[in-house]
Amino acid sequence: MDNMDIDLGTPSDDKSDKLRSNMQGRRSFLKASGSTILGAPMVFAMNFPTGLLPIGLVAEPAQQDIPGKDARLTVLNDRPINMETPPHLLDDRLTPGNLFFVRNNGIPPEVITGDVESTWKLTIGGEAAEQEMAFTLTDLKSTFTHHTYQLTLECGGNGRSEFNPPAKGNQWSTGAVGCASFTGVRLKDVLYHVGLKSSAIYIGYYGADKHLNGSDDTVISRGVPLDKALEDESLIAWAMNGQDLPPLNGYPLRLVFGGWPASCSGKWLTKIIIRDQVHDGPKMTGQSYRVPCDPVAPGSTVADEDMCIIQSMPVKSLITYPKTGGVISLEDTLPIRGHAWAGDLAVEIVDVSIDFGQTWQPCRLEKPANRLAWQHFKTSLSFPQKGYYEVWARATDSEDKSQPMILPGWNPRGYLNNACHRIAIKVT
Amino acid sequence: MRKTQDLIPDYPIDLFSGGIYKHAILLGIGLVLFLLTQGCQNSHDGQASRDEQMQDTIRVVQYDETTGLVVADGIQLVKANCMNCHSPKLITQSRATKEGWEGMIRWMQAKHRLWDLGEHEATILEYLATHYAPEEGVGRRRQLEVEWYDLEL
Repeated sequence: MDNMDIDLGTPSDDKSDKLRSNMQGRRSFLKASGSTILGAPMVFAMNFPTGLLPIGLVAEPAQQDIPGKDARLTVLNDRPINMETPPHLLDDRLTPGNLFFVRNNGIPPEVITGDVESTWKLTIGGEAAEQEMAFTLTDLKSTFTHHTYQLTLECGGNGRSEFNPPAKGNQWSTGAVGCASFTGVRLKDVLYHVGLKSSAIYIGYYGADKHLNGSDDTVISRGVPLDKALEDESLIAWAMNGQDLPPLNGYPLRLVFGGWPASCSGKWLTKIIIRDQVHDGPKMTGQSYRVPCDPVAPGSTVADEDMCIIQSMPVKSLITYPKTGGVISLEDTLPIRGHAWAGDLAVEIVDVSIDFGQTWQPCRLEKPANRLAWQHFKTSLSFPQKGYYEVWARATDSEDKSQPMILPGWNPRGYLNNACHRIAIKVT
Repeated sequence: MRKTQDLIPDYPIDLFSGGIYKHAILLGIGLVLFLLTQGCQNSHDGQASRDEQMQDTIRVVQYDETTGLVVADGIQLVKANCMNCHSPKLITQSRATKEGWEGMIRWMQAKHRLWDLGEHEATILEYLATHYAPEEGVGRRRQLEVEWYDLEL
């Protein structure tokens, strides 16, 4: 979500002249031929960052080349890879690995082909740990009880594209969410095994992904308060829907904290530190994954100290059937299906409206498979006359909070847009 | 890259009534690229300095003192041909595509004795369609973009 944090390829001081000469070459190319290809002069071509091509020159991304992912996902960014799932492809009760969204901050590690069970190591340490211990995957699997939970993961910036004034970062529409069955060990079992000092209040993770700038800088190191870490459903997971984690979703090991910004759920997990302070790794501080502590007017500048860390995600729902744009007949009855979720809470009610929120019709809503799993809803609709309709879905959580029909509070980084989902239907 | 309104946090932004400063979002893609580049060049300096840089470089759109129109190619023709009959506010409060502006010109020609704009019409239309174009995404929800298909039930 902090797309502007990435190094777009500007040569740093220690890079060689080769890079600079490449840049000169590219700029010459842009000046000489870019204009011709684009059909218009490229203003400020001299300032165009190296490593990028103008949008007009970029071919459609070769989505088939993204391993393990369905070509129908929407690629928002290919360096690092960020891809979201169109709503009608989230119709499965559990999101298959090839349809699960990807939010990468850096370059994933090479997939280990050897004996990953004995070579991948997870270290637990930190100032509030009684000791530092390392576990292989075999150690984890043989020492601790296995647990499987259906857990909803949603990017904190899901829905960002609708905020206005716009926020920088990947312009997620609705598809940075999924719910899968994760198998692993409870984080709390491992933490208690290592030992927690009384000063422990937070955990932080580290992963094996590499910074885009090629350095050894940590890409992202976020975490959660100890209370969240010690919940039954907080897992160190190696499997998703009964199979190895997909490479882009953290293979071979990741954290999973359902209901919180998915950036808490570190991928390619190599280290967990137990902290005696709020974890302060990259993308925990500043404005990342934070919203104004007090609501602000759209477009406001907010000081870092007035930004608070996002914890539980807000109530939200998606219509996953039908796909938007369906043309039906007046005599048809239209089935509606979807999922709803509410961060740490449960969803109590899902309603749909076909008259722009003037009247609402309740849906049949299933109980969650377990805490923090999304819940399935369905209903059927008939339409009073021919014409253009929008079907809106609105979920209400166990604390009586509903999704807004317009955008919720603007925030500088464009997080937490849980405005109700809308699909278009034409009745002929 | 769709909108640049987030890059002008020091301007009063009125989301609902079409304040004059909204015209600043109508900057061309070149300026957006320029801003992106500024961001890159300062990528080691942290967020704060990037934001400052953006705020400094955004003050490019100028407004004509007497009319409030965006100062750009075509403004003299607009003032000469349009302001005889109506206030510039009729333009500055309005948004339309090139086709929409052309329709208004035709209507004024049919109903209100606007003269033939001749060779200047293209320049005037370009000015209006560029600087007073419809704004996407303003408000709290945008229009759904729909590709219709036959839904088999």
